[in-house]
Amino acid sequence: MTVGIGGWGARRKPMALVRALLRTGVRDLTVVSCGGPDVGLLAAAGRIRTLIAPFVTLDSVPLEPHFRAARESGALCFEEWDESMFLWGLTAAAHRLPFMPVRGGLGSDVPRRNPRLRTVTSPYEDGEELLAAPALDLDVALVHMNRADVRGNGQSLGPDPYFDDLFTEAARHTYLSCEQIVDRFAGPPQSLLVQRQNVTGVLHTPRGAHFTSCAPDYGRDEAFQRAYVRAAGDPGTWREFEARFLAGDEHAYQRAVDGREPEEATA
Amino acid sequence: MTTPTGATRAEICVVACAEAWRGDGEILAATAGTVPALGARLARLTFSPHLLLTDGEAMLLSTPQDPGRIEGWLPYRKHLSLAARGKRHMMMGAAQLDRYGNQNISCVGDWARPRRQLLGARGAPSNTVNHPVSYWVPRHSPRVFVPRVDMVSGVGYDRAAAQGPAVARFHGLRRVVTDLAVLDFATRDHRMRLASVHPGVGTDQVRERTGFALAVDGEVPTTREPTEEELRLLREVLDPHGTRDREVRT
Repeated sequence: MTVGIGGWGARRKPMALVRALLRTGVRDLTVVSCGGPDVGLLAAAGRIRTLIAPFVTLDSVPLEPHFRAARESGALCFEEWDESMFLWGLTAAAHRLPFMPVRGGLGSDVPRRNPRLRTVTSPYEDGEELLAAPALDLDVALVHMNRADVRGNGQSLGPDPYFDDLFTEAARHTYLSCEQIVDRFAGPPQSLLVQRQNVTGVLHTPRGAHFTSCAPDYGRDEAFQRAYVRAAGDPGTWREFEARFLAGDEHAYQRAVDGREPEEATA
Repeated sequence: MTTPTGATRAEICVVACAEAWRGDGEILAATAGTVPALGARLARLTFSPHLLLTDGEAMLLSTPQDPGRIEGWLPYRKHLSLAARGKRHMMMGAAQLDRYGNQNISCVGDWARPRRQLLGARGAPSNTVNHPVSYWVPRHSPRVFVPRVDMVSGVGYDRAAAQGPAVARFHGLRRVVTDLAVLDFATRDHRMRLASVHPGVGTDQVRERTGFALAVDGEVPTTREPTEEELRLLREVLDPHGTRDREVRT
């Protein structure tokens, strides 16, 4: 199964949905993501067969420790894409096209490391040979919004929509989680990013992007992220982290996050 | 150590980064790292007043002194189209760089099973084939300046020349600023050249810390000193807490 995950790095990731995925037995995933701790958690649990991504980062911590470990141990297959290729691959899928032409990627080692990538030649006078970014068709997309209604319309109130609408348009099924379910939307119409015809299910998951940021509702939980990175550095510590935060359901997770000692929360 | 104007090495580096955007006009000065970000802001406040600057996320800053004042919206997607249109000059970081300016931020070692996984290619492939690119290397060493990079994330001059017009058309690497020197590609075959050494640095020191032979023509000039006004802007307006010193060891 190919799963696209919205957000960007450690920003507005549908982390509650990722945690829910970890509680199922789903494995051998192809994950499509501007990667952050979503990729890290799935990689740590051995759920990713193939990762399609232009990068994986925790923003305030540049490198994602579980992704690094998975790459360095050869635990996952990595399709390394350029960011503009990624944009056009999602756009092609959203438009039901087989590919979109793009200059980014040409000349670099990205096509050399990815034998499925092909070029396409312009039929016009310029005759340029460009990269054909293949459609990133998704079985499922997971995105997290600030607000949604029960029909599946989603509203993004932060400064950046990232590619979340494209993820929903590139997928056969989309599951949208949100901070608040509303009866009627307030705010500018441009913030109504996701539309119900592209959404299969809506979930109310307050603080569901934790520990990534979800502006303007909350910022990144930097202390928790640092604890995550520290725990990832050692198998024993990681098992303790999993037992403490990831063994139960979403309510248990949020209770465990709230239950940290004050010095831990600010460490 | 300080120079005749009393500038620190970090301040020399900020001004050397700022110089990358001289004459660039109304384009986005994009950066990765503290010293290039200060350089872009300094250029905007002095000799390149038409530059566009971001807050590092989705906003275009109206004035570099005040992150609260914005003049526009540039979310990730619009940022990518602006880059594709060529209205951008980015100063990126580099884990590895070779003599033709091929750059690596993906991983160190064999790509199939890297010794050290880094960020991934990010936008380096598209940046380098779409608009001017420069690099900032806070610690000049033979680990960074290597004969051959392990993965070409950012495209160098030899690759661009070999790959045909779609790659070479908008390709252009401008300069590499390090804690020791400024390097450029102003040689006939675009091999990396030692353009200037920072005050107090010898050319031999730069050669020793570079893993390939640098082009050197004649007497290598010294990187210029900041003006009094540049020092004032940097110390009092742009970086009063001295974050620049955390990135450049002196």
